[in-house]
Amino acid sequence: MTVSPAHAHEHPDFLRHHFNTPKQQFEAGKLGMWLFLATEVLLFGGLFVGYSVWRGNHPEMFKAGSIFLNTNLGAVNTAVLILSSITMAAAVTMAQRNKRGALMLFLSLTLAGAVTFLVIKYFEYTHKFHLGIYPGLKFYEKPAGDSHTLSGSLVNDAGGVDLVLVKGTGPLGQDVTVADTPEAEPTTVAPAAIGPAGLAQDALEPGDRPADDGHAEHLTHPLQDPHRPANVHMFFNIYYLMTGLHGVHVAAGIGVLTWLLIGAAKGRFSSAYFTPVDLGGLYWHVVDLIWIFLFPLFYLI
Amino acid sequence: MTTIDVTKPMPPEAGRPAEGTNYLNHTTGIKSWLLTMDHKRIGVMYLVSILTSFFLAGIFGLLIRTELIAPGHTIMDADAYNMMFTLHGAIMVFLVIIPSVPASLGNFVLPIMLGAKDVAFPRLNLFSYYLWVTGAIFAVAAIIFGGVDTGWTLYVPYSTTGTEMNGIIFLSMAVFVLGFSSIFTGLNFIVTIHRLRPPGMTWFKMPLFLWAIYATGIIQVMATPVIGITVLLLIVERAFGIGIFDASLGGDPILFQHFFWFYSHPAVYIMILPGMGIISELISVHSHKHIFGYRFIAFSSVAIALFGFIVWGHHMFVSSQSPLMNVLFSAITFSVSIPSAVKIFNWLATLYKGSISLNTPMLYALSFIFLFTIGGLTGLHLGTLATDIHLHDTYFVVAHFHYVMMGGAIIALIGGIHHWWPKITGRMYSEFWGRIACGLVFVGFNVTFFIQFVMGSKGMPRRYWDYTDKYMIYHVISTVGSYIMALGFFITAAYLIHSLFRGRKAPANPWGGRSLEWQCSSPPPAENFPEPPHVGDCYDFSVLEWDEEEQGYHWRHDIPHPVGEA
Ligand SMILES: [Cu+2]
Repeated sequence: MTVSPAHAHEHPDFLRHHFNTPKQQFEAGKLGMWLFLATEVLLFGGLFVGYSVWRGNHPEMFKAGSIFLNTNLGAVNTAVLILSSITMAAAVTMAQRNKRGALMLFLSLTLAGAVTFLVIKYFEYTHKFHLGIYPGLKFYEKPAGDSHTLSGSLVNDAGGVDLVLVKGTGPLGQDVTVADTPEAEPTTVAPAAIGPAGLAQDALEPGDRPADDGHAEHLTHPLQDPHRPANVHMFFNIYYLMTGLHGVHVAAGIGVLTWLLIGAAKGRFSSAYFTPVDLGGLYWHVVDLIWIFLFPLFYLI
Repeated sequence: MTTIDVTKPMPPEAGRPAEGTNYLNHTTGIKSWLLTMDHKRIGVMYLVSILTSFFLAGIFGLLIRTELIAPGHTIMDADAYNMMFTLHGAIMVFLVIIPSVPASLGNFVLPIMLGAKDVAFPRLNLFSYYLWVTGAIFAVAAIIFGGVDTGWTLYVPYSTTGTEMNGIIFLSMAVFVLGFSSIFTGLNFIVTIHRLRPPGMTWFKMPLFLWAIYATGIIQVMATPVIGITVLLLIVERAFGIGIFDASLGGDPILFQHFFWFYSHPAVYIMILPGMGIISELISVHSHKHIFGYRFIAFSSVAIALFGFIVWGHHMFVSSQSPLMNVLFSAITFSVSIPSAVKIFNWLATLYKGSISLNTPMLYALSFIFLFTIGGLTGLHLGTLATDIHLHDTYFVVAHFHYVMMGGAIIALIGGIHHWWPKITGRMYSEFWGRIACGLVFVGFNVTFFIQFVMGSKGMPRRYWDYTDKYMIYHVISTVGSYIMALGFFITAAYLIHSLFRGRKAPANPWGGRSLEWQCSSPPPAENFPEPPHVGDCYDFSVLEWDEEEQGYHWRHDIPHPVGEA
């Protein structure tokens, strides 16, 4: 019976029993993380494909919707995430160099970046909700306390109508204006009123298309624009879905970073064992990277 | 062949532990199972859970067949029938077939075949199992909260409109969670194969089952996230009305079909590839002959995995997809049949002039070749544009699907269970009843589903609750066949359970296999191998001989024994 080289060495605490060497354990962890990140990218990939399909078919929808996003806040958030990626990379280096204090400092800075991002995102979302730009069918409800009469909506004197009536075009190109009834459920009225995607826009006269000069900037809700394209709610749904799923990942990142910070405080990491910091860093970079794509796709172009 | 030597050579380093201690009994108590990180115990827990689901969905299948034995109302009304076939499909696909071979048998044998102590991430492995359990709970919740009647494909607009289907959200949650269970299993196996191979275990020394599991893992990791995001979109669509898939809100229902099939066609290979891996082992071991065309079989698994990603449009020939796309998808679909045929011919070449033992596992392997060939060839009718327009959404599709998924994946699973049963449980089952049951399943299966090809080509649409009298004879035959098949499965369950208590103790190597799991005792010790084992050619059976006294195979006496091999 031969003694394998693995057992000739000592077995450090962090080495799990089924691995022979720390190197093997590190490489397994790293490969596993890369595969997991591939699945994350594919998960978002489905949404990016959805984005491309919608944008390809309905660029007007994105144009009319994106003016309601706050580019400045988006840019600040982008900067925050890029900075936090830099501090994360520094944290990994500090772990490799056995510098516990610096590791904790950089992990804390990264954590602060993640929290800042979510706080800014929170204000962006709540501001939109305040204006009545909701995800889902609620988008077509009149926002509370809005003095504007939303174009195309039939708000009766009693103010009892919640649903905006959308003037659209039917499948055969005819004008469709469905009268709203106060007692009707949104789900039963909205579908008939809006009509299939694309058809309405195609039927618009060229002069009816939204102006390019940004005259709509004073508006607070897309429905106030009488020349808005059909189904402008779709832009916001895609926006909420993609940024929302990204936000969930940032929140998960906060959990990971906190866990790493606790581990660092307890002195679990060293130049011999920094795998969790390294893998957590990989995850954080991918979360940042996804935002780097989301920011221009929604805010800039 | 008999041996004259009664004192069996038993090298101490060959993975045989102290008498009587193995992975089943080295620790006891319910917690030692529920919190275990031993891949073997997790595999057994998967096996029990999956077979329970198989039983449940099988009962649903029998109820469907019973309802269809005559036109009109037989035992349930149309709404109940719709829910029944949806649940049958959803449970069979998502809870049974997709996890079946990798999560149960794969979990059990993969690390041992590789010569590793465990999978790369044992904790993640246990987590995958509990994700599966969570998915199963969501599926049950879908039944309780009103059921789902969309069919297992959850097509919009069925799944976005209608008022009574509160189960949709739960079933979508189930699919989402089960998807991540599948992803983590695949990820775990890929990393294990890459990083935990002992010295000497090169890629081309791996048993072909591992190649199949590896290719499956790639599909699990690369395709499953897409179904995850799809059902997530379906959930928010249903909960908030975001309009992504709902045409009445400006959405695109065809986009759902693209997303769904982008996953679900590769998922067909998640289901069938591990089965093919099992068959490669069974055919070679039970004909005691070196596998023919090792590299071709190995690479065909990878080829199937990659080709499988670019054929999804063949499910959508009549969905207003452009004619150009139809032609392209049809052509690529045909090309996928090439690697499948490569496997079939290599198996047949392996059988040729082998000394075939018609054991129960081998009977299942031969059934697989027969049934999968029919399933594969009828796939060509459906991949051909002109014939598909006629056959689309008829019983021809149902029959094709069952020949591939049941005649392929499930038969391979049952064959694999019989092959590794002595290793997993340490007991031998009744070979006599095993052969009888396999015969009943084979005959019952063909009676049930072959007639459906005829029925479908004569125009009987699938999923219909009622039909005109002219189809009755086909339905009666099909239903009778399903009862025969059910009898076969009940006999199987009976003798397997019986063997747990009364079965003969299994030798380490009852079939004459060369892959590393047959070098462990039956059942294996908790640590699999105290030392990394010596790796030989896992298909070279000439070094083994039959031991009458042990009722198993061991290393030939006249050949020097490499260190570490039993
Ligand atoms: Cu397909």
